[in-house]
Amino acid sequence: MTTQILISGFGGQGVLFAGKFIAYKGLLEEKEVSWLPSYGPEMRGGTASCSIIISDEAVGSPIIANPDVLIAMNLPSLDKYEPACVPGAKLFLDETLITRKVTRTDVEAFYIPATQLARDAGIPTLGNMILAGNMIRETGIVAMEGVEEVLKKVISAKHADLLQANLHALQIGYQYTKEML
Amino acid sequence: MAEKVLMKGNEAIAEAAIRAGCRHYFGYPITPQTEIAAYMAKRMPKIGGTFLQAESEIAAINMVYGVAAAGMRVMTSSSSPGVSLKQEGISYIAGCDLPALIINVQRGGPGLGGIQPSQSDYFQATKGGGHGDYHLIVLAPASVQEMADLTIQAFTLADKYRCPAMLLADGTMGQMMEPVILPEPQTSAVEKPWAVTGTQNKRPHNIINSLCLRPEQLEKANFERYEKYKQIEANEVLYESFMMEDAEYCVVAFGIAARVSKNAVISARKNGIKVGMIRPITLWPFPTDAIAAAAKQVKGFVCAELSMGQMIEDVRLASACTKPVLLCNRVGGMIITPEEVLEKINTLAAL
Repeated sequence: MTTQILISGFGGQGVLFAGKFIAYKGLLEEKEVSWLPSYGPEMRGGTASCSIIISDEAVGSPIIANPDVLIAMNLPSLDKYEPACVPGAKLFLDETLITRKVTRTDVEAFYIPATQLARDAGIPTLGNMILAGNMIRETGIVAMEGVEEVLKKVISAKHADLLQANLHALQIGYQYTKEML
Repeated sequence: MAEKVLMKGNEAIAEAAIRAGCRHYFGYPITPQTEIAAYMAKRMPKIGGTFLQAESEIAAINMVYGVAAAGMRVMTSSSSPGVSLKQEGISYIAGCDLPALIINVQRGGPGLGGIQPSQSDYFQATKGGGHGDYHLIVLAPASVQEMADLTIQAFTLADKYRCPAMLLADGTMGQMMEPVILPEPQTSAVEKPWAVTGTQNKRPHNIINSLCLRPEQLEKANFERYEKYKQIEANEVLYESFMMEDAEYCVVAFGIAARVSKNAVISARKNGIKVGMIRPITLWPFPTDAIAAAAKQVKGFVCAELSMGQMIEDVRLASACTKPVLLCNRVGGMIITPEEVLEKINTLAAL
């Protein structure tokens, strides 16, 4: 099986980091993975995105045209990528920042007030990991078990103090439930 | 087995170069390859090496020239416009028969162009680039693993043939992360009795120089160099053959275009079209014999590349224009999609 995950938001929301975390989790589960960032001028203050592929087979093209999973952290990201998602795709939206609903009826949407939940928990910059946690729960693409080991690999020694906060954010997202709209 | 780590292509190049024994890096920042310089800046001072951000690309390649003459493994890296600036120095290095590694993580051109991936420096890399008759050994990685492995290979070949080598990557390869098993550090140093290391009054002077005002001598040097190139062409061609056994059609692509094309080949097979792919890993020497052999087997070729059609000339030459060769291309930083390659395969199959 091959899953194509696209994460998109403003530069600074931790889009690339969340993507690296998911890709590394896949790697440690002995899957084939690729991670490709947008590195154009748009990531300097505009929309940043990254494409993660997790597969049982060798990854061909690392470029994603039609995601199976979309994590959208701002409205421009939803506007841009909602039409591109495959039918049956799972969309994870930061409800605090995206006020509109998904218009397509052939995809599953999960609305998580990630930014608000992060603020309430005193970790205001970790909405990205709350969304990642919820994505793990709802898709099962990678397991929640062993995430701490992955965080140790993706968080640099300089920021080691943020490991617990990231773990907390993942757990908030993983536990968050609301009736699907 | 060594641990698989998730790494950017650019970082994999830098780490592999260090493991190949390269202790001297000279460069000037340019997107999308700056991570190489950043990595070297961090690591070289800790291992007794040199990292130097030169005042320009031209200065950097001439520093490479100097270290190469002293017989040590040395490299520079840049992206398309920066590599254009280096061409004079590269020609001198080739003219002095010195081993060195030049990395080009290509972006769209011409001119300053853009910063997104491209393969439009194929001509520059494989047909000379600078002035005079010379070649670089040109390796084209198509995965982060190959970014590491071919960096090592490039140093090995450069030393073996006393010839500059180039790793021709693109922005996607440089920026993407994939699992990579890093090669073991190399310990065996190659003997370089020709290097200018000081005679200590024990041997005649070694002279490294590309100036030769006597035409008879310069002609001889050129002929001798081309004898060496013949050996490289005979012994060092690398390519990947994918689903070619029973193929009736053949896609030729390298680097990121080959990654995309592989998806298209698999899709076409599912639709019952017998198509395979030849992926040149060495762009020079080009896998001419493999393409020539394929030309006898298949009904036609699709050449997929991120340029206005550069490698396609070598495919046409190798196949002696005996079969149609269609171009599937995007340029300027745009990347071909599997669907676009598939469409070309369908067009070819319908001819």
